[in-house]
Amino acid sequence: MKIVLSSHYQQYTGGRAEVEADGKTLRAAMKDLDRQFPGLRFRIFDEQENVRRHVNMTAGGKRVKTLGDKVPAKETLYILGALSGG
Amino acid sequence: MPVSSPRGGISLLVGTMKGAFVLRGGVSRRSWKLEEPQFFGSVIDHVAQDPRDPACLMMGTRTGHMGPTVYRSGDFGATWQEASKPPAFKKAKGRKATGRALEAVFQMTPGHADNPGEWWASTVPFGIFRSRDGGDTWKGLKGFNESKKLKKWAGGEPPGGPFTHSLMIDPRDARHMYVALSVAGMFESTDGGRNWAPLNEGSKACFLPDPDVPYGQDPHCAIMHPADPDRLYQQSHCGIYRMDRAEGVWKRIGLRLPKSIGDIGFPVVPHPRDRDTVWVFPMDGTEVWPRTSPKGRPAAYVTRDGGRTWQRQDTGLPRRHAYFTVLRHAMAADREEKAGVYFGTTSGEVYGSRDEGKTWKCLASHLPRILSVEVMVQP
Repeated sequence: MKIVLSSHYQQYTGGRAEVEADGKTLRAAMKDLDRQFPGLRFRIFDEQENVRRHVNMTAGGKRVKTLGDKVPAKETLYILGALSGG
Repeated sequence: MPVSSPRGGISLLVGTMKGAFVLRGGVSRRSWKLEEPQFFGSVIDHVAQDPRDPACLMMGTRTGHMGPTVYRSGDFGATWQEASKPPAFKKAKGRKATGRALEAVFQMTPGHADNPGEWWASTVPFGIFRSRDGGDTWKGLKGFNESKKLKKWAGGEPPGGPFTHSLMIDPRDARHMYVALSVAGMFESTDGGRNWAPLNEGSKACFLPDPDVPYGQDPHCAIMHPADPDRLYQQSHCGIYRMDRAEGVWKRIGLRLPKSIGDIGFPVVPHPRDRDTVWVFPMDGTEVWPRTSPKGRPAAYVTRDGGRTWQRQDTGLPRRHAYFTVLRHAMAADREEKAGVYFGTTSGEVYGSRDEGKTWKCLASHLPRILSVEVMVQP
């Protein structure tokens, strides 16, 4: 699937906003993403496998919240830093 | 022992809410140059130098979106690499289990001289992590992070979270350690961190109905004096204390400060060679606790006799209307013949003294809120 990453994560992808990852579930896609870009998964999910605060993920217009969620391969997964902070 | 100045000079490692800054003071420490920020936009909780390998620096950092991590440098901060396995708590087992997630790597502590490459990280929420490979991979200290006693000791949720800080390793014995926990107290281990015991006799928990409790105190900062590892000092929520280990009891030495100033604050900083000398930076701890300089007139206070007397040091600091706070990691001293003393403020100024606090000079201003200041020496 295609994954679009906001600017926060691009230090891990060599500056790329769009990357590809294989996997039928978000867990599988994250594993593949971390294989390609070591350390990136832990910046999106904490050690208890919760999505980090202020991070939003969507695919096909729906929110994706857990690693068990299925993401159709034809959809683009958006991983975005929410507007927050000061 | 004579003191020789580092040929590469003295620099300050300044951690802020919006990045890491280096201030270079050279050998003379007379003029200071601010370098461009690094990790601009990230929260830099702490940056520390390794006295065993001075080129090595360790940084605890986080952003609002990506969580906490550790970066390390092997070239005095010119380049940085992220830890391949940063500190993280164990994943809770079971579907309904809720485990802890790290919020901040709050303080970096170099390991014992006999253990090259060893570093310690103190975190929010309460946690201690160790690296044995120069900060590349980190593992939780089981005897602390998974201790059932820790839940019993943890008293509440202080502002900013439950801080683990002031981790200290006895230079005579790597297995002898101290740690301070916000709203839990001081704790000691004599077996390398497998077991911990409270070390709070004499220090008050003035915010509790019964202030004389074995744990539950709120140390803000604690030090093992470099001139005498058996001499401890503590700046707590309830005053300034000293403990000589032969006595084993905290004695409140801050009551000798003027009553109009009080003895509440965050940092306590040791002189490099005189065990009776420490600096503190009092803040307003009255009524609703503004936590700013009392009456808007900032000053450091120094004792040179272990807390029997204190002298005000404010020459060169703003005379009035200065309402900043000096946080617990934001004050430090160098090891020069006349020790330099430095502090950073929540309003973004760095002040320094090259005469042990007699006179101060503003070294940098308009920085983001300053969280930590450490001295870096380049041999």
